[in-house]
Formats: sequence, C-alpha cells, structure tokens
Amino acid sequence: MSRENVLVSTEWAEENLNKAQIRFVEVDVDTKAYDQEGHIPGAIGWNWQKQLCDTLTRDVVPKNELEALLSQSGIEKDTTIILYGDNNNWFACWALWQLEMFGHENVKIMDGGRKKWLAEGRPLSTDKTEIAASSYSAPEIDSTARALLAHVMEASPKGEEWALVDVRSPDEFSGKVLCPPGLPETCQRGAHIPNAKNIPWGKNCNEDGTFKSNDDLQGLYEPLGVTADKNVIAYCRIGERSSLSWFVLKHLLDFPNVQNYDGSWTEWGNLVSAPIERGA
Amino acid sequence: MTENLRAEDHQVRKEDVGEFQIRITSYRLGSEWICHVDNVDPGATVARAKASTREEAEESAVSRARKAVSNTRTYS
Repeated sequence: MSRENVLVSTEWAEENLNKAQIRFVEVDVDTKAYDQEGHIPGAIGWNWQKQLCDTLTRDVVPKNELEALLSQSGIEKDTTIILYGDNNNWFACWALWQLEMFGHENVKIMDGGRKKWLAEGRPLSTDKTEIAASSYSAPEIDSTARALLAHVMEASPKGEEWALVDVRSPDEFSGKVLCPPGLPETCQRGAHIPNAKNIPWGKNCNEDGTFKSNDDLQGLYEPLGVTADKNVIAYCRIGERSSLSWFVLKHLLDFPNVQNYDGSWTEWGNLVSAPIERGA
Repeated sequence: MTENLRAEDHQVRKEDVGEFQIRITSYRLGSEWICHVDNVDPGATVARAKASTREEAEESAVSRARKAVSNTRTYS
C-alpha cells in the first residue's frame, strides 16, 4: 500500500487546513494539550479515555457512542479524517484502529504528530473549534483487526503460525518494571506473554516522530521472525502503543493478518493461571 | 478569536533520573511558557506545566516528573 493512502506530512497538513471534507482530529492521552497548549487551527480534540473506550466494561467504543462522537465532530462518511496527537501518535493510531473497525474508509495519520508540528513552529490555536454537527451512521463493528484473550491464548504456543509482538520497553518486557516509569502500576506481575518478541514501538519512528522507511521497518521485524506469512498480534500495556505497531505492520508493511490485542498486559498480567515468561 | 500562534523557542533535552531518563520539551505559546515531560522509554507523558517563564514551567513539570519516575519500583 502506498504511504500516501495512510500518511500525510506536516507540510501537506498546513496546506490543507480548513478544507471542506477534511477534518483534523487531535487525540492525546488527555485533552490538556489540545485545550491548553495549542492545537492545529480548526482541529477537533478527542479524549481517548472517555470517548474512544467503553468506560463501563473496558471495551472498544460502543457503536452508538462512536456515531455520536463523529456526528458532533461534523464528520460525514466521505470526510477524510486526519488524526494526530502526542506520544508520537499513539492515541491517534488507537483512534484509526477503531475507526477502521467501524468502517470509516478515509482516515490518515499526520506523520510526526503533535511533536513534529510543534518543533517545526507551525500554526497553533487555543480557540475552541466550532463545528456544525452531522448525522453519522456506522455499520456494525468488524473485529478482524482485534485480538481477544482467547485468540492470544491459542496463538502464544504456535510460533510457526503466529507471531506475538510485545511493543513495550525492554524493562517492561523482562519484568524489571511493571509500568512505564512514573506511571501507575496496573498489573500484578511483570513479564511477557510466552514466545512474544520484544520490538518496542519507538523503534518504528525517527527522532522527529515520523515513521521510518519501509526498508528500515522491515529490518525491525524480519530478523525476529515477524513476517508477513504469519498471523501477527501486537500488544503493550493497554493497547495504545500496540495500535501504533499494528498500524505499521498492517498499513506500512502490508502484512495481511495483523491484530491489536487491546487487553494487553493489563489483562494478561493480572489473569489467574495465565503463563508468563520473564527476562529478555 | 486569537491570532494563530506558534511554538516559539522550542527546546528539547533529556535528563537522567536514576536509571531512567526523562525528556523535557518546552516552548512559548503566546505569553505563556509550556513544559511537557515524558519518560523517554517508552515515551509516555509524566508531567506538564504552564508558567510565565520557561524556568518556572520547567521547574514545576520536571520536579513532579522526577518524583514520579524516581518512585518507579524495579524487580529483579
């Protein structure tokens, strides 16, 4: 797949602000950055915790809530949604993953995200974006891109057919830490799923936040046996870093069968009797 | 409506906190200075602050980030 189908540059983004049928959406860890630290002029801000999750059952966003979100964001079926955000687009990729499952076809990531936009000194606004609401109707979810616990239980011992990619830091993978430094611990045990390969999400990106070339990306995965002929499941702690790696594998490297395990280590690491491995 | 702003005097640097690292990003937006701190590996946001000077914004965010990161438990 051409990168142009799924990525836009910051240059392109600045040239296409305020265009009809294009909607910029910022998705961050929370909306403080969007609200208080400047956002792309005209962009909408989404709170991934409250608006892109089922806050009651710990699930992906319910269909009716996604429809409401897209409607209040003034998004139509033919709107091209350009997603970007902090943390090198972790949450933007999370949003793309869910929009894809709910059938919105025109979604792209702004390469480099908020980090690059700021560093390049591009326009920012602190104004609240006013948008005329639409009436968006989504199809039922297609969960092909999602791995649930049962899938991962089945896949873990079958290394010939399945490749598990743990995108957390080496310290999280080994069990040295239970969480990213400075964040709350959300699991009982530190380790990784048996037979998973550790390919931290950050290795997919350049220092400026953009995605590496396809040749460089291929070189990350192939040596560890993560190849396009296998079914691949990416996971992290809560599924947002792994959605970035899912995006890379599926949309940049064109792997045909890639899933994001959003239960991730918070689910597996707390699960009674789930097998684990420690160490590098 | 505010005039379009830009991140001015944008700076990024890393500092060690024990065996971990933090990345400190600060810039001026209009009349305010903004500081954002992440934990480098894996790059999650740890603290942020706004103030009237860069030094104040960084002091506020970095002190909270250092406290949070230094409280990270490690397991052998």
